[in-house]
Amino acid sequence: MLASVTHFLPVTLIRRRRLLPASGKVVIRKGQKVSATDVIAEANLTPDHILLDLVRGLGMPPDKSDEAIQVKAGDEVGAGDVVAGPVGIARRVVRAPKNGRIIVAGNGQILMQSDSQPFELKAGIPGIVVELFDGRGAEIEASGALIQGTWGNGKIDFGMLNVLMRSPQDDLTIDRLDVSQRGSIILGGILKDEEVLDMAAEIPLRGMILSSMDSILIDRAMKMRFPILLIEGFGSIPMNTAAFKLLSTSHKRETAVNAEQLDHYSGSQPEVVIPLPSSGEMPAPKDAEVFAPGQKVLLTGFIRKASPIGTITAVRGLMTLESGVRTRAAEVELEGGERTVVPLSNLEVLD
Amino acid sequence: MGTSLIDSDSLLAIDIGAVNTRATLFDVVDCRYRFIGMGIAPTTVGAPFFDAGEGVRQALDQLKQTTGRELIDADEQMIIPARPDGTGVDTCVATISAGSPLKVVAVGLLDDISTESAVRLASTTYAQVVEKLNLLDRRKTSSRLDAILRTRPDLVIVAGGTEGGAFRSVEVMLDPVGLACYLLPESERPEILYVGNSSLADEAERTIGSLAHLSIAPNIRPAIEMEQLTPAQKQLGRLYRSIRCKQIPGVSELDAWTKGSTLPTAAAFGRIVRFLSKVYDPAKGVLGIDIGASAATIAASFAGDLSLGVYTDLGLGPNLPSLLKISKMEDIKRWLPMDMPEADLRDYVYNKSIRPQAIPVTKEELAVELALARRVMQIALRRILRRLPQRKAVSSSMPYFEPILAAGSVLTNAPSVGQAMLAILDGIQPTGVTTVVLDQNNIAGSLGAAAEVNAILPVHILESNTFLNLGTVVSPVGNAQMGSPVMRIRVSGEGDKDTTIEVKYGTIELLPLPLGKSATLHIQPSGKFDVGMGGPGRGGSVRVAGGALGVVIDGRGRPIRLPSDDEKRYEAMTKWLWTFGS
Repeated sequence: MLASVTHFLPVTLIRRRRLLPASGKVVIRKGQKVSATDVIAEANLTPDHILLDLVRGLGMPPDKSDEAIQVKAGDEVGAGDVVAGPVGIARRVVRAPKNGRIIVAGNGQILMQSDSQPFELKAGIPGIVVELFDGRGAEIEASGALIQGTWGNGKIDFGMLNVLMRSPQDDLTIDRLDVSQRGSIILGGILKDEEVLDMAAEIPLRGMILSSMDSILIDRAMKMRFPILLIEGFGSIPMNTAAFKLLSTSHKRETAVNAEQLDHYSGSQPEVVIPLPSSGEMPAPKDAEVFAPGQKVLLTGFIRKASPIGTITAVRGLMTLESGVRTRAAEVELEGGERTVVPLSNLEVLD
Repeated sequence: MGTSLIDSDSLLAIDIGAVNTRATLFDVVDCRYRFIGMGIAPTTVGAPFFDAGEGVRQALDQLKQTTGRELIDADEQMIIPARPDGTGVDTCVATISAGSPLKVVAVGLLDDISTESAVRLASTTYAQVVEKLNLLDRRKTSSRLDAILRTRPDLVIVAGGTEGGAFRSVEVMLDPVGLACYLLPESERPEILYVGNSSLADEAERTIGSLAHLSIAPNIRPAIEMEQLTPAQKQLGRLYRSIRCKQIPGVSELDAWTKGSTLPTAAAFGRIVRFLSKVYDPAKGVLGIDIGASAATIAASFAGDLSLGVYTDLGLGPNLPSLLKISKMEDIKRWLPMDMPEADLRDYVYNKSIRPQAIPVTKEELAVELALARRVMQIALRRILRRLPQRKAVSSSMPYFEPILAAGSVLTNAPSVGQAMLAILDGIQPTGVTTVVLDQNNIAGSLGAAAEVNAILPVHILESNTFLNLGTVVSPVGNAQMGSPVMRIRVSGEGDKDTTIEVKYGTIELLPLPLGKSATLHIQPSGKFDVGMGGPGRGGSVRVAGGALGVVIDGRGRPIRLPSDDEKRYEAMTKWLWTFGS
């Protein structure tokens, strides 16, 4: 059976395709070095169009008013510029109400698009642009540690990693935060209190990497200006030992957090990249695996007090779980030596 | 039935669901179509494969392991038709529900008339209405244009104008749609489905036809008081297929195997429910409910007249958190047979949306899944009942249904049929006398798709035990004090001694009646209770078939009133589960 793969890699070659949701303009070049927050492409996702009625403005029928049009498609206009007229004794004119661009003119109407703030697509990871996609984005290559998460609040930033966790079970409490962490990304633990987010915003931090978070805080987390990334998910789930080991030994290292939201269909997944200089041939992360004995796996589930790691000792056929559900399962030996049976659907192969 | 009556064609049905891809083989055995086997693999529409084909190949590999039948040749192509050496298959059909819901803009004239019909049309497939535009929304053409451009829809449904009615108003609403198509790059233009005043179809073609792919279907609102969605639903199904072919690599290849007949799974599910409604008592309807990861699909059909609802906000997969926006937490929690803090339940919902494929390991997790399923069924049912024409009901808004077909992994994966049955009884709360059938292999959609090319195959499969008859359910409507008598039932079996039981309010009773056997139930409800035999207190006799659970007498009244005290509720729920042997 095909297995989901989760990456907690100390060093790997990472390639990420970053594309606009709609056509736009790519603003970087191939070979360019980018940071996680550099804008690589822009698009106008929230256009503001204005339809100017020349028939009413000039007091003329459509065919006559077309003769008075002073602009053509593609022209840039400023607020107050005359776009049609003057006509008649009263020298009637139609003016552009805002700065913008003419889209189409004729049939007694002018359609213009006013200038608006474009959507900016950030690089997401620090690296080199290795491929461009005309009007859509680019592929960026980086080398470094890769730690994948399960949830993000949609923000991206980078900064120095400040490790506040002493163990995978740690809670992130308000007393762990202070102004010395300003501009850094913190490695917190389990987040339960909203006041911690208030304090983090006040400092302000550049990012938070957390084990897990109470789901009641989602709305508040979405409003934070900096990225918040959960390694495990929601509730009070301690960080798995593989992710904890990698992150907690990266104190004071430059760290990029792309807390984009998990989307099974687009493939976007929140992740942390800790850049490392490229040193020759580096292995690329494995994208897919088939379950087999000897694989290191992360045990997932819903009501979890821990996120244990283990090794598959045998892949079995249908087995009955404690819930009574019969499903394909594997025997797994946990890090502590304990053996358990886990449905294949609840295992993620660690790479 | 002799072989001359059927084409002895084998048929492969492939279903690409949000979580699993299934390949199901049907073939003729002893002159009748049989379910031969099924291969299941994880769906590979998303990362890391981004190609539905990989999951299909894996499912076919598994099917080959179980049936020994080679279906794919060395060039990775489906072997169609079957060869004399036993490889390949004669016909392939496919259904799909995977992928993000289609983003739909619904355009109409009046918000509560044509626009609402456009919204209802959208809700017959895997779609999410991201914007509604209508003549009275007080927006300028440029604002409507921006609304379309901002939402970047996959599909725009344009309704409005009764037959022989509004003319200019429809043109006004077509303007922003045409402009949006003009402004968008060709590859990003939405499909347009025109379902308005048919006399304006040519105008729609002139305005939009050269700018985008325009499909025209019969007016969904031919008169103010009349809505007809069925003809447009077929066109919508074709558009869904076309959009998925463009969006998801691997779907085009699959569609070629099916000769362009891939259907949305929900439409195929609706088709089988409609078929059943033509076979069963025309006075009653047939209800089908499929609780999937991408959506909850509910189909109610009366004598071939189908109402279909596909609710992507009620899927148990990535969209599960949307359930928390439309349902109070306490309305989910009340279906749990144990105490669980609200925070844990909410965390569960969000974690499930992250890993929709994960399976409940503990009894507690299983209870949460089934509680969510109950709530989803309740909401889906309430929505479809609003759309049904007035039907004869048992002292409530719930019409008679016979049978009720339930599907979806959350039910079919339940450890016991009793747990599945109790969840269905709680979620749907059927009334009167009905039969509950479980699509234990999740093949109802595949049968609906098969019906398009082979009308006999679904008949044979439905007549076999592929669908599991869980049992006959007797559910009187009414309420009383706990422990008060609800009804007396005498069972006359074949050659067995008659058995009589008294059913008390708040209890569930099971009468053993195995599959293949039948019996007559003589039902006498007490004064306040209506079992659909002519009014409260009126009884009668009914012949019923046996099922996996026999005859289930649900004496909890309608609507079910759960004890408000937590401990008493846990006790009652545990007792009901125990009654079902779980």
